[in-house]
Parts: sequence; structure tokens; C-alpha cells
Amino acid sequence: MAERTIKVEIKRQHDPDGTAVVERFEIPYRPNMNVISVLMEIAARPVTVDGKETTPVTYESNCLEEICGSCSMRINGRARMACSALVDNLEQPLRLEPLSKFPVVRDLQVDRSVLFENLKRVQAWVPIDGSYDLGAGPRITPQAQEESYPLSNCISCCCCMEVCPQFNVATGFVGAATIAQVKLFNDHPTGKVLKEERLHALMGDGGIQDCSYAQNCVKACPKELPLAQAISDVGRQVMVQAVKDIFTT
Amino acid sequence: MASTPKIIVIGGGLAGLSAVMKIAEAGGKVDLFSIVPVKRSHSVCAQGGINAAKNLKGEGDTTWQHFDDTVYGGDFLGNQTPIKGMCEAAPAIIDLLDRMGVPFNRTPEGLLDFRRFGGTLYHRTAFAGATTGQQLLYALDEQVRRYESEGKVQKYEGWEFLSAVLDSKGVCRGICAMNLRTMEVRTFAADAIILATGGNGAIFGKSTNSVVCTGSAQAAVYQQGVCYANGEFIQVHPTCIPGEDKLRLMSESARGEGGRVWVPKAAGDKRAANSIPASERWYFLEEWYPKYGNLVPRDVATRAIHKVVYEHGLGIDGQPMVYLDLTHIDRATLDRKLEGILEIYEKFVGDDPREVPMKIFPGMHYTMGGLWVDADQMTNIPGIFAAGEAEYQYHGANRLGANSLLSCIYGGFVAGPKAMQYGKNLQAAEGDGGHTAELKRQEEINQRLLSSNGAENPFKIWRELGDVMTKNATVIRYNKNLQAADGQIQRLLERYRNINLSDKSMWANTSFAFTRQLLNMLHLARVIVQGAERRDESRGAHYKPDFPDRNDEKFLKTTKAFFATDTNGPRFEYEAVDTQFIPPRPRRYDAVK
Repeated sequence: MAERTIKVEIKRQHDPDGTAVVERFEIPYRPNMNVISVLMEIAARPVTVDGKETTPVTYESNCLEEICGSCSMRINGRARMACSALVDNLEQPLRLEPLSKFPVVRDLQVDRSVLFENLKRVQAWVPIDGSYDLGAGPRITPQAQEESYPLSNCISCCCCMEVCPQFNVATGFVGAATIAQVKLFNDHPTGKVLKEERLHALMGDGGIQDCSYAQNCVKACPKELPLAQAISDVGRQVMVQAVKDIFTT
Repeated sequence: MASTPKIIVIGGGLAGLSAVMKIAEAGGKVDLFSIVPVKRSHSVCAQGGINAAKNLKGEGDTTWQHFDDTVYGGDFLGNQTPIKGMCEAAPAIIDLLDRMGVPFNRTPEGLLDFRRFGGTLYHRTAFAGATTGQQLLYALDEQVRRYESEGKVQKYEGWEFLSAVLDSKGVCRGICAMNLRTMEVRTFAADAIILATGGNGAIFGKSTNSVVCTGSAQAAVYQQGVCYANGEFIQVHPTCIPGEDKLRLMSESARGEGGRVWVPKAAGDKRAANSIPASERWYFLEEWYPKYGNLVPRDVATRAIHKVVYEHGLGIDGQPMVYLDLTHIDRATLDRKLEGILEIYEKFVGDDPREVPMKIFPGMHYTMGGLWVDADQMTNIPGIFAAGEAEYQYHGANRLGANSLLSCIYGGFVAGPKAMQYGKNLQAAEGDGGHTAELKRQEEINQRLLSSNGAENPFKIWRELGDVMTKNATVIRYNKNLQAADGQIQRLLERYRNINLSDKSMWANTSFAFTRQLLNMLHLARVIVQGAERRDESRGAHYKPDFPDRNDEKFLKTTKAFFATDTNGPRFEYEAVDTQFIPPRPRRYDAVK
């Protein structure tokens, strides 16, 4: 009886300037494998289906529980986390590719530092006075907590940016993840002290008006963040701010 | 003497970020090194919550009670002065996290909500949904990003710590690190360094830990002379979801709601779980512990499952797994009480646990031991500090649930200012402080690896190490097996010399970085098995059937391992435990639950 196998095609690129090539692998099937365990199997025996010796595949991963946001890639054409992509639920050959909107570092690893830069640009933090013992924080109703908690679940995986028709190097559009964080911190009783600055950061080129409301982000988000709601709320805040600006300048 | 000391923090989880924040706030210069972008650190995995005796439920909880629970839970192996300090600082730490915007769950009045957790009778655990660790890490990450944008913190993400730079007097003068993209190796000067590099789950192959939790940084400085303490204390969680890539936690609440643990009576039974009749199932917990049944305490459940799999050979389909069965409970009840955790199982296993029994197994979860540190969080090498899971001092022989997040933040809050203080008083180094020599040593290690033409695949050696460690050094320990395990690790060390790097390129070579970590894991594994072998008693997470009782007379002592260059292996010393506040008393499993 022929041993059951998993067929995999991986788009590989040796470095940022290299040419992409597809390598094909066939590895022994075991039940309950995810895409990460397929990549681990290849690392332990880096040989292509044609018997050619190759190198282990470079990719990012860490928690493998869909909470650190490291392992996003395109799997059978769809941007998602490799740790929660189960082989048994996927059509074969598995097609693994790097995210397409970010510079490739090597193989499936891309450079997503643009998101962290965006978070700086919108000051995505609560500006506390200091880390000393200054007593309790502000009271927050359970309803307000329930509204902010889902936004605080963003794992910075960048799937929302990958699928966004507006996000690319040319537009410089900030993307849904950053806009959701603006809502999170603008809603916070202390965080809202920076609301005006955050909204100004979202005006102009690459700002929120670049959003075309395609809503691909909502479908792609592995943590099911209420991105459409966040974009619409922040969009309104930006408009109100723009009107205010007219009368104060 | 530096008026503004330069501190290097390695690791961007809760402990590292806490230290960075304190240093930046105090006007120090701080560089933060991390393998992964710090927001992706392992702290995100903590679910349950963070303990602090805020006493907001009218129960009369006190920081002393928290202190007592922690010491008792740790089976009296923890030094009491630092634990007391941590418990006393906890309420203010919760307030600070609250002010930073952590979306903690709330009471109707808008105050912080607290829940009960294992090992205590009080509502002492603040929580943010089921992702408390993630929320805490993000809050600290945001504060550090703020300091970064103000130019007070320089981040080196994608750099891996290789070693400390030591001067001719053995004083730390900086670090040697490798850029994981360019593979460039260079040294960085610092007046003090803080290792906040987490646990060492990867030594056990699969664990609940993240990929970066290899213990490599700790093992590197251990080989340079830093003492490693209580290495044998490893917390195993009874119900993990075995995966091909890692183990994921399955909450204890599944058993709390009526889950039954069983295996097929016939070894290697190939039938699907649901088609095995009740008469051919062995509900071993219910048989062995008729009073508590499936709800025996964690450590008892862990040992029973381990025994059934490894001594009776009855794991499901010959694999180290048993069933945790909820299928006898109706869907509506399950959805009402357990929906969140059942979804996790469904997502990663692909089976619906309402229809098919879950497959679970105990898994390596937490590293109680770690780098030995003093009250200032400094190791025995001047200028090397440690904080968080990488050090040993807050959990004794067993960690209490929801104390890990607290110990990380507290440890970082102590280490940061103490490192600053140390740096201010530091005399200038002679010569180059050892930088040239250390860079050369590390470059030579890399050259040797790159020119090695052996036949051994590092990932295969790693799998074998994981098997040896999981089988012999987790739940049940026998001296004979521990000795054999040490022999096997030594053979793996020999095979390591014959390593084959299938990738020798010098760009984003992850397997090369992993191969370097592997050697460190092998050395630290010997500290764990030898430490376990020497401790002829049972205490906390360390259990030997041949020595089933705690032996305070001989072993109320901290194990201290030093790397002996002559034998290329560990040498052991023992140190008395500080028990000045609470005299040791028996820890009764049947009373703990």
C-alpha cells in the first residue's frame, strides 16, 4: 500500500533581491498536522520531491496558538496564520507563499515593521504620568470594557493589510489594524487626551480617507476584530476633527 | 564611572519590557534585544490572569495570605524575602496596569473584577477575558514604544543573544549578539545586562512554550560561569492538547464540568473512540481515586496519565495520549459553560469535542528553576542580571497559577533600577573589556559550524532530546532513568560535533541559529536531569516514587549548578533556603485541590 503523503508547493526566494522559485515537496502524512508541522518536517529532511537536497524553509513563527501574530502567510492563496491552518482541511497540493504586500526577507518571511511604525505614528498608547504608585485607574463600565477588549485582541499579523485593495507601497495607506488601535485608545478615558493628534495623523495621504470600504479586512482577520465598525467610527471622528480644525485655525 | 549607565535588556516579554520601562523612565540609556518583534513574545500565551491581594470582594484577603499561598504552593523551596516583596508590590502593579489601559474585566460599579484560581481560597486574580498575558504584554509594549519614539529606547528586534562579554576580572561589559537576517555577529557595550529570556520548554521537544523558549541564553551564560538554580523543577500541566508542532493548554474547567478521562483497555485498539463500548474503556482516575475521580489535583492527574501511558503502555493507538471525554454531556450545557475552550480544541485539532472525545496528555508548561539571582536580581557574575521565567526565585518547587505574570513584572521592576544603580557605581573596564576576544570566540564557533561536514541533522537531534527529556525528566522520575538520560544527552552532544548544516548561507538562516541554540539546550538538559537525580525526595513538581516524601532535613535547599570546564558538564552546590517568615509545614495534596 502506498504511504499517504502531503504534497506541498512552496514559493521560495533566497533573499530580498533573489528570484522566486517554487519547490515541491512530498512528506509523510500524519493526522492533525498543521502547516507549521509540515514546515518542521521539511526542516528535518530538506529534500524536494525530485530528490534534490535543499535548505529548510525560512518562516516566522513563535506561539503556534494564533496569538503572537508571527506566522501569517498565503496558504492556497489566502492570507492566514499557518499555525491554525490544518492540513486535513486544505486542498492539496498545499501552496505556501509569502504575504505579497510586504518586502520578502527570505522564503515565507516578510518584513512587516511598517505596522509597528504606524502604531508610533498614531501614538497607540495611554500616556500615563509614570510607573510609580499613583493609585487606581479610571473606572470603566463592563460595557465599555466589552467594547474595547476585542480591539485589544489585534495580534499585528497584517492579514488585514495583505487583503486590502488600498494597501500597498505606493499609497502608504495605514490599514485597518492601525485604525482599530486609534479607536481603542481614543475611547480610553486617559488615552483620549491624544485623540486630536491621532486623528491628525490619520488625515492626508495614506490616512483613513484612502479606505475604499471593500471590507476584505473584516473577512481576513483571524481574531474577528470589529474592523468595519472601527473604521467607520474613526472615519467619523476624523471628519468632525476636520470641521473643528477649520474653525480653530 | 558612568553618570548615565547604559543597560542592555535581552528579551521583550513582560519581564524585559518592565525593566526597560523603569530604566527609560529613570533617564537611563537602554537597548532592547529580542529574537522576535517584542510584541510577539511568549508572554502573550498566558490566559488566566494575574494575582494581587486587592481584597475587593470583602473576603479579608491580604498580601500576607498571598505570600503564604505562594510559599506553600511552592512546597517551601522559594526564598521567602523576595516572594514577600513581590506579593506586597502586587496591588500597586495591578493599578499601574489598569492605568496603562489593560482591558481588565470589570464589576458593575466599574471596578476591577477578580476571580478565584488554583491554590487559594480568595478571589485574587485580575483577568482580561481569556487573554490576560496578551493584554498585559501589549500594555507594556505600548509604553516602551512610546519611549522608543522619544528616543529613550533603542530596539534590536531580530537579534539573538549569543553570550555575555566579560572583562579580565570576570565583570560583564556587554553582550555578543547575532543579526538573524544578515547573520552579522558583533558585540555591544553595556554597564549591565538583564536577561529576561523566558523558560526552556524547547528542551522537552514539545511543550506549551513558544518556539523561542529554548533556554539558550540562560545556557550560554551558564557555560560562562553563571549559576543555574533549581533546574530540576519543571511544571507539567495535566491536560494539554498534543499537536504535531506543540502542546496547547486545555483548561482544567473541562474536568470541572464533568469530563471523564479514559483509555481503551486493549493496547493499540484501533477503533474510533465512540465505537468502543463502555465495558472496554478504562476510567483509570475514577478507579484509582474513587473519592475525587476525574477531579483529583493537577499533579495527581498528571502522574496517573503518565503511568497509564508509559508503564501500562495503554496510550491511544500506542501514542502518548488519553481521552478526555465530554460527549456524554449535552451540547447546550457544553456551549453554555465551555464554549471558549472547546473552540480552541476545534480550531487546532479539527474535531468537535462535543461529538468526539478530546485527546490530551500532560505537557511541559513552566520552568520554575533558572539563573540564580540575589535580592537585586543580579547573578553571581557582576553586571549580569536576570528577570522573569529565566530566573529562579519566586516559585519554589511549583508555581501557583496566575503568579507568573506577576513575577515577570515585579522581577523586571526590581532588575531595571538595580541594574542602573550598579551601572552608576561601575569602574571603567581595563582595555577593551573583553569585546575583541568574545567576538573572536563567537565567530570561531560559527566558522566551525559552517565548515562542519557531518551527517547529523540538528532537528533530528532536537527531537531525540525532546523524547529523552519528556520520558525521563518530567512527571515521574527514577534515578536509573535519569542516569540513562544523562548518558543519552552526552551521546547527543557527541553527535552534535558531527552536525550537518543543510543551509550554509549567510542570510536569514534560521536553521543555523537553531543549531546554535541546540548545543545550549543540550548543556542545560544535563543540568535538569542531574539536578533531578541528586534530589532524592518528592517536592512540588519533582516526584520520585522511590522517595515519595519531602525531606526537609536533606533537601530544603536550593540546587545550584555551575558549568565545570574540566568535565564539560555541571557541578553542584546546595544553598539553604530563606524560611524566616513561614516555617515549613506539610503540603497536603488532598487539601490543596
